[in-house]
Amino acid sequence: MADITRDRILKRLHKAAAQAPDISPVACLPTAAYDRTHRLERLITLMSAMRTQIETANSRDWVDRLQAILKNRNLKRLLYSPETAMGRELQDAWPAESQELPALCSWKGQAEDFKDELFQIDAAITTTMGAIAETGAIVLWPDEKEPRLMSLVPPVHIAVLAADRVYNTFCEIIQAEKWSDHMPTNALLISGPSKTADIEMTLAFGVHGPRELIVLIIDET
Amino acid sequence: MAKPARFDFKKNIARALKDRQLRKNLRSAMDGLRVKRQDVFDDARELEELRGYGNAVKERALSRLPRLLEQLEQKCTQNGIQVHWAETTDEANHIVLEILQRHKATRLVKGKSMVSEEMHLNQFLARHGIEALETDLGEFIIQLDGETPSHIIVPAVHKNKDQIARTFHAKIPGAPYTEDVEALNRIARATLRKKFQAGHAGLSGVNFAVAETGTLCLVENEGNGRMCTTVPPVHIAVMGIEKVVEKLEEIPPLLRLLTGSATGQRITTYFNMITSPRKPGEKDGPLEVHLILLDNGRSRIYADPQLRQTLYCIRCGTCLNHCPVYTRLGGHAYGFLYPGPIGKILMPQLKGLSAAGDLAMASTLCNACEEVCPVRIPIPTLIRRVRNESYDASGSAVIPGHGYRRNLMEIMAWRAWALANSHPVINRLIFKLAGRIGHLLPAIGPLKAWTQVRSRPQFAPKSLHQLAREKGVPNG
Repeated sequence: MADITRDRILKRLHKAAAQAPDISPVACLPTAAYDRTHRLERLITLMSAMRTQIETANSRDWVDRLQAILKNRNLKRLLYSPETAMGRELQDAWPAESQELPALCSWKGQAEDFKDELFQIDAAITTTMGAIAETGAIVLWPDEKEPRLMSLVPPVHIAVLAADRVYNTFCEIIQAEKWSDHMPTNALLISGPSKTADIEMTLAFGVHGPRELIVLIIDET
Repeated sequence: MAKPARFDFKKNIARALKDRQLRKNLRSAMDGLRVKRQDVFDDARELEELRGYGNAVKERALSRLPRLLEQLEQKCTQNGIQVHWAETTDEANHIVLEILQRHKATRLVKGKSMVSEEMHLNQFLARHGIEALETDLGEFIIQLDGETPSHIIVPAVHKNKDQIARTFHAKIPGAPYTEDVEALNRIARATLRKKFQAGHAGLSGVNFAVAETGTLCLVENEGNGRMCTTVPPVHIAVMGIEKVVEKLEEIPPLLRLLTGSATGQRITTYFNMITSPRKPGEKDGPLEVHLILLDNGRSRIYADPQLRQTLYCIRCGTCLNHCPVYTRLGGHAYGFLYPGPIGKILMPQLKGLSAAGDLAMASTLCNACEEVCPVRIPIPTLIRRVRNESYDASGSAVIPGHGYRRNLMEIMAWRAWALANSHPVINRLIFKLAGRIGHLLPAIGPLKAWTQVRSRPQFAPKSLHQLAREKGVPNG
């Protein structure tokens, strides 16, 4: 039954396609190119306009910066991955007990077992695989170390981005990193906190996903 | 949604035009969307380049459609996504039902999907004891009120916040009455978060599918699409067969065209690319991903080289926002799922001319839709094609129901017109007569309808020919 349907649809399409000439491939559009400073500036401007909080730090002081940002925010728990280099650094520098800072916690088991707890966590911190200056977005390739829901369920998402990983355009990152050869289970572009304008076109933030997106740019220069 | 038999377009139009609240809600929303689009496409040359590219990518992809679908199927299958084919919406519904029943799923959370609306999936599943819950805020609002979307992108655009406040207060247990938009959003968030957590399966549409990688792309702002495709153990994606493109690198310009045209955004909050179910070692994401490829008349549209251009559509809705007819009526008056210019060409082809052919008559052919279409669909040309086929009973017409408007009165009227304009003697006689007694024509039939809101045409006492002759202009 299922195969018959498939074959019938395809047969109709093949018959129609055979009557028309093949259209030649389309040449890629030229894409924007900025220098390093402008790339960063553009990313920061566009993402800030989408109400993303952008902070900068270097590889020595980033944990301090993060603590300053999160201090006295009344966040109880911060979800992190102890399996990434960033996570280990965070873990080593984080105070065991603090009145002002959220306690670190990590993902346990499969989503089915962890889901109920996950929906109670206030904030999560993840790495990023890069960013796109032209449109103003960070790129995430979630994996077994940093599951997909870390950047979605907790109301505050902190994303750590290396300044050198900012590409000019979406097209550039796809080509330079040969995405089409090894697409991950899930790849994401994120430009800001969750938002909607479905009621009277009035923009409101934090409808389903995170209410806040904080991007911490690690810049050594 | 109105059934074709009960669809009275004229009555719907009259009702919509008189609805002051609707007119006001639409006016501010449509003006806003047009300005936002203009702001994001501020470089005219770049926009034209992009539109040219969008058109070329869709033309090329459709010229290879069957091969791309086979490639998509093969890649998805390799990646662990289960691919299903449906010729009709009924078949697609049964495929969804079978998957849900196999998993004993009774709670489905849905991301926004026009194809699922095309399938009337929610009503179908309700009849089988399955709750299908819309989670896009706009869709959630209209589902509470038992309505259908009035716009492709902003489904609740016909409502204002007071109306939504009343709906929430009446339909969501424990929701206080508030007209504050932030507060209304918080109510929806709290209600729907519990539903995501408890959902047995998630369903979404597909904005683009990439054949070379077997990737399903979803564009959204709210995060509900990500919730539906990540939290529940099963994800079902439904897509029309025309949504496939060949290469991943074709996606960025199409995405820019889509978000810029739809909501005037450079990019949406989330662009979600799904290539496989949860792999061994991964800790979240659905264990099963299903892709349902729906035909529902598309392969028939595909067979005609001119009508095929209808399938370029990326469902951005900008033709609605720029249409002088849609912006005054809203979507419900059209009586069918896809309203506005794209609906005028798509619905008659999907549903047949005798059911939906009238839609194509509600156009001034002003060309605004064609000028803004991100993939350059020649909508006015296709509207004329639909109109022509409405009168064409011959075998060369292809849209189902063609020739449904053909009638003796009009045939005779046009024959008479042709005669009066091809024989000089008759022509002179007719115009002399019109000049003398034209004003005595009784206001009945079409003339009555015409003169209700317009002044009656005045016949000049002398025809242009006669005037020219009197002035000594040489004939011929």
